[in-house]
Amino acid sequence: MADGNAARPLAIEARGLVKRFDGFTAVDGVDLTVPEGAIYGILGPNGAGKTTTLRMLLGIIDPDSGLRRVLGHDRPHEVAHTIGYLPEERGLYPAMKAYEAIAFLGSLRGLPLAEGRRRGKDLLEEHGLGYAIDRQIRQLSKGMAQQVQLLGTLVHQPRLVVFDEPFSGLDALNQGKLEKMIRGLAAKGTTVIFSTHVIAHAERMCDEVAIIAGGKVPFAGPVDVARDRIRPQVRLETAAEDGPWRAALPADARREGRPWLFSLPESGVEPLLRALIEGNAGILSLSIERAGLHDAFVAIAGEAAARALEEGNGEEAR
Amino acid sequence: MSATTGGGRLSILAAAMVVARRDFAAILLSRSFIFFLIGPLFPLVVGALAGGVGAKVQQSVDRAVVGLVMRAPDAEKMVEAGHALKPRMGGALPDMVVLQRLPDGAAGDPSAALKTPGINLAAVVSGTPAAPRLTGPRERIEYLSGPIALVAAQAQGHGPQAYPEISLAPTATSTADTRHGRVLTAQAGQTLLFLLTMLLAGMVLSNLVEEKANKIIEILAAAIPMDAVFLGKLFAMLAVSLVGISVWGGVIGVAHLLFGQSLPALDPPAVGWAMFVALGVTYFAMGYLLLGAVFLTIGSMASTVREVQTLSMPVTMMQLLVFFVASFAVAKPGGTVELAAEVFPFSSPFVMLARAATSEALLPHALAIGWQALCVLVFVRVGARLFRSRVMKSGPAGGSSKRRWWKRAPA
Repeated sequence: MADGNAARPLAIEARGLVKRFDGFTAVDGVDLTVPEGAIYGILGPNGAGKTTTLRMLLGIIDPDSGLRRVLGHDRPHEVAHTIGYLPEERGLYPAMKAYEAIAFLGSLRGLPLAEGRRRGKDLLEEHGLGYAIDRQIRQLSKGMAQQVQLLGTLVHQPRLVVFDEPFSGLDALNQGKLEKMIRGLAAKGTTVIFSTHVIAHAERMCDEVAIIAGGKVPFAGPVDVARDRIRPQVRLETAAEDGPWRAALPADARREGRPWLFSLPESGVEPLLRALIEGNAGILSLSIERAGLHDAFVAIAGEAAARALEEGNGEEAR
Repeated sequence: MSATTGGGRLSILAAAMVVARRDFAAILLSRSFIFFLIGPLFPLVVGALAGGVGAKVQQSVDRAVVGLVMRAPDAEKMVEAGHALKPRMGGALPDMVVLQRLPDGAAGDPSAALKTPGINLAAVVSGTPAAPRLTGPRERIEYLSGPIALVAAQAQGHGPQAYPEISLAPTATSTADTRHGRVLTAQAGQTLLFLLTMLLAGMVLSNLVEEKANKIIEILAAAIPMDAVFLGKLFAMLAVSLVGISVWGGVIGVAHLLFGQSLPALDPPAVGWAMFVALGVTYFAMGYLLLGAVFLTIGSMASTVREVQTLSMPVTMMQLLVFFVASFAVAKPGGTVELAAEVFPFSSPFVMLARAATSEALLPHALAIGWQALCVLVFVRVGARLFRSRVMKSGPAGGSSKRRWWKRAPA
């Protein structure tokens, strides 16, 4: 497991978490370390164990074995007042007014009701939902109710915010707003953890990711470290069709039209360049591209998990 | 690092109060609370109607009369003798009606006369006052033989000519009357307790199922311990019930002030009304908390109203059985059944409330309340643990959709 943040205090530390349901192992020895102030993504296809992992970290369910520490406490409920949680399955009391719903969510985290009501009204105003302050949840659209719940998750100004599939069900505009909000939280020092099955979200936003598949975490660490698991891809175009320079190309070299594509050899770019020049390849262009998180995911979690991830994305798009 | 500017960590009790306050307010403002308030009226109305019908039936059975098939003078003498004795004998003498006045020498057919339509005949007297003959069902004629012999003797002029004056010394009640009255009070208390606990336990169950349907349960579970959710729901419904009891008590008080003596009154319980009410509230709380804990645990395993009905049916049937056993224990005090019912946690509140109505001793109540409180602690604790382990087993993406949710693993 990669850990490039040994010096930073940890918001979450989990070692060997295991959870079984009726003989089925949903989470199988998960290790995680989330530095304080980071935006951390848990990336995996549906059914990989993301929700179960988050539920264990939050104390909603207990692991069958393994250790967890959240903000320095073994029992997550002891620090529940410093945590905000938005579950994948959104839910509010339909008869509650919007500001009361926010205040109620705050009161569950120890915020006095009167203060929660005041902050609830302020937050709704700030986010352009002032007109809905006195409306009952049942009178709001699904998207508006989701926003109300999101504000309720943040009303007590938590140190750690956990989102389970936060982008699920949001349109592009609201996804953008949420991304901005998450970055804003991190900028203020709040640790944000979110699960997702959309690689682009994790790649765009996260400092670190845990890749989860089949209940296991084959990789957890900085996104750059994940990418570096794949050798950079070389794109080469030559004037000569053939010649002694061909011997310098690695075994995985393939042609896509005119250019050659292959992984950068472990020896680096300089020996390659020398061999190409000395072999009269006639280099027209040569570029080195760093691997994306998708390629890293495929390499780390396997083709099957990547397919499941793409299928999940497809289902959501439908 | 952002500082948390919210409140501090909630204790279990404080967290339970957050849930209880929300539930209490929500239920009080809901339509189901109106049904809860008027709910007890239904059994009262049904009981009153059933009582009315029963009284009618009783009345019509009691009005069975004895027919006379005799010579005209004999029939007249019998009727006059009946009238003469009636003031002294009251209800012990049957009403008599002349069916046939036979001419001299004629013999009537008492069996045919017994089938005379339109008259509720118990038996027919034929023959003469000197040799009366009763025709009718065996039980009836055996019961009537004495009174008819007395009437026949009076008709012949053989009855006592002078009746001694009896001085009357009425008492408020007799041992038998007191026992009977207190048993009625005990049964009324038991019935009220049973209705309340069942009604409330049902309400707490629907409330939980609604919360599961609204997906709020996971938010609660993430923020506060499940024990607090469990306790909060129980407390909320207890508070709702106390509001209901206050409303009903107020209505009864107003009705008593307005209609006073015309209302049926129960006999005072053995421990006195004040202690009886105090014990009633305590036993209600115990009974409700026990049953509520069971129902909440059931609710944690169900996700739809239909599943709730299926899962709660055995408990409802068991509670009915418990109620019947408790009623039986009142009728047969001092036996093994009563002792067992006092010890069994679910029947204990019912039986002990009945005991408060029929026996003055208070020590058994102290013991029973202690025992019930212990059982409440155990049931709530075990219920909360089961609730915690079951209620969050439903995941959005776990397992096959064909599997029951409680067997499905979350994503």
